[in-house]
Amino acid sequence: MLNKQGRQTDIVNLTELPQDSFATHSGNRGLEQDELLIYEIGDTERTGVDLEEVENFENRLGGITREDKIGLAGLSEPETMRHYTRLSRMNYAIDMGLYPLGSCTMKHNPRINEKVARLPGLADIHPLQPMSTVQGALEAMDKLAHWLKTLTGMPAIAMSPKAGAHGELCGLMAIRAALDKRGENRSIVLAPESAHGTNPATATLCGYKVKSIPATENGHVDLEALKEALGPDVAAIMLTNPNTCGLFERDVIEIADAVHDIGGYFYCDGANFNAIVGKVRPGDLGVDAMHINLHKTFSTPHGGGGPGAGPVVLSEALAPFAPVPYVVHSKQGFALVEHMEDGSDSFGRMTAFHGQMGMNIRALAFMMSHGSDGLARVAEDSVLNANYVMASLQDDMTVSYPGPCMHECLFDDRFLNGSGIATLDFAKAMIDEGYHPMTMYFPLVVHGAMLIEPTESESKQSLDQFIGSLRHLVAEAKAGNTELFSGAPYLAPLRRLDETLAARKPVLRWTKPE
Amino acid sequence: MTTYYSEEHEWITVEGDSGTVGITDYAQNALGDIVFVEVPEVGNSYDKGDEIAVVESVKAASEIYAPISGEVIAVNDALEDEPALVNAQAETDGWFYKVTISDADELKELMDADGYKAFTAGLE
Repeated sequence: MLNKQGRQTDIVNLTELPQDSFATHSGNRGLEQDELLIYEIGDTERTGVDLEEVENFENRLGGITREDKIGLAGLSEPETMRHYTRLSRMNYAIDMGLYPLGSCTMKHNPRINEKVARLPGLADIHPLQPMSTVQGALEAMDKLAHWLKTLTGMPAIAMSPKAGAHGELCGLMAIRAALDKRGENRSIVLAPESAHGTNPATATLCGYKVKSIPATENGHVDLEALKEALGPDVAAIMLTNPNTCGLFERDVIEIADAVHDIGGYFYCDGANFNAIVGKVRPGDLGVDAMHINLHKTFSTPHGGGGPGAGPVVLSEALAPFAPVPYVVHSKQGFALVEHMEDGSDSFGRMTAFHGQMGMNIRALAFMMSHGSDGLARVAEDSVLNANYVMASLQDDMTVSYPGPCMHECLFDDRFLNGSGIATLDFAKAMIDEGYHPMTMYFPLVVHGAMLIEPTESESKQSLDQFIGSLRHLVAEAKAGNTELFSGAPYLAPLRRLDETLAARKPVLRWTKPE
Repeated sequence: MTTYYSEEHEWITVEGDSGTVGITDYAQNALGDIVFVEVPEVGNSYDKGDEIAVVESVKAASEIYAPISGEVIAVNDALEDEPALVNAQAETDGWFYKVTISDADELKELMDADGYKAFTAGLE
């Protein structure tokens, strides 16, 4: 077999081996091990550590001592280590390969961010330490806040929200507070059809009724429909720009003006800020509030249960309602304002402490290592890469809206019409090709959506390899090789899972087999 | 007994002054395997166009809009345990709820079977 560069890589012809009949005694496939559940490796009847019985032990729990068994599996340290290390090897991660998940911006996390965040003066401090001992950390927060305000052209910022959706909540709470202050009880929030699901969820949580605005056939917000929906009962519009079809909303200033004319506010979902950072300042577009997903635009680590961060920038109109805490500085140094001053319009506090310090530091490291010209290049390269993918595949797959696109490109399933292959099957076949699938079935405005976001991290060579894989799959689909898709993935540790059964009858708890 | 169809892919079969509502076969096919259905509560009243139910498939969650105004008088409890009924028999056993018809004129804004067929053909 030859590798990607045509270099000989193996001495055995894999295709000559009996595939499905190649059953091992262990269930493992070579060094790819069949991983059991932790309860199946360990046993509730044994323990991994031996603690000595305490002599003269006096139980002071009264009558509330647990009498039945706790039922945790006992494993030795090496068994536990191996279990989790093996599971981690099954993960697909941005550190392993291209991760084209549209609207999620799976970009490389530069290691300099990690190095800076691990400096003891930043990593080993506590939020309750006296302020005089954490001046450097406060200065870093202040600096990040300053640059985020500068990049967005907005006068105020709330640094404490802990994720994009949390930032949305912060923004809408500020809008609600501003309307309350005016003594108005507006009940409707407008959101386009292509909105992220978190937008209507946030508005609903804040007590608003969501009204959906349709998209035009070009994938933009329907300006006429939007203007028709505006009225004295509309509190705000929530708009993503660039939108989830990967298109810049060219009418954005007209939309902002129309919303302001009826006394409403303009919330911008900043999830796609990475496409315009250093190029466009949302403040110049009439935005009143916008969250910034630090893990997208500013490359802090993504998901996996790790902390996120979603600072929110606010316009002059909403600035008085920003939550505490915030950093101030004077001749005496930096300080956190922790409590609302008397007569303050702040809507209060969203988090116990001051936000995700580790994420703030990583984002600041990304900013300072790139500089202002570097950040503009981030936007340029992410848009260039997405357009390269779109242009390369436009004859093979069906582009939903004519380009150029912004940082992500949207395809639909028309190219699969009549093949018997659905978007889901196509995505599963990508796993066999060694790629995490793109975003499927979102946005909802096109049929069988496939949303690809390559990000600025990828080289041309890496994109060419990816494009080659997709072209190969399209050719196979068009040639009628449905089997390649219907049973995919064939080469992953697990084969096609029954998603329907998993959703209808989820097994949430392990029980010992009889 | 006449069946009407909405542009949002709901059907309503009218019998006297009440109707039975569900989603069309075209809709269930587009949604894919349905894993959860939330039906309205009996006794609640809805206006035409209100969000009245939610359908979740492996692809997406979708709102179902009331095709007609009125009070919910019965719901299909079977869907809670067996949402797959909607995939198998969207226009019979997979019905969602029964409703009183408060304004029969609203039916005129809906399509008949042939009209709906032409409407979905136009969507392909």
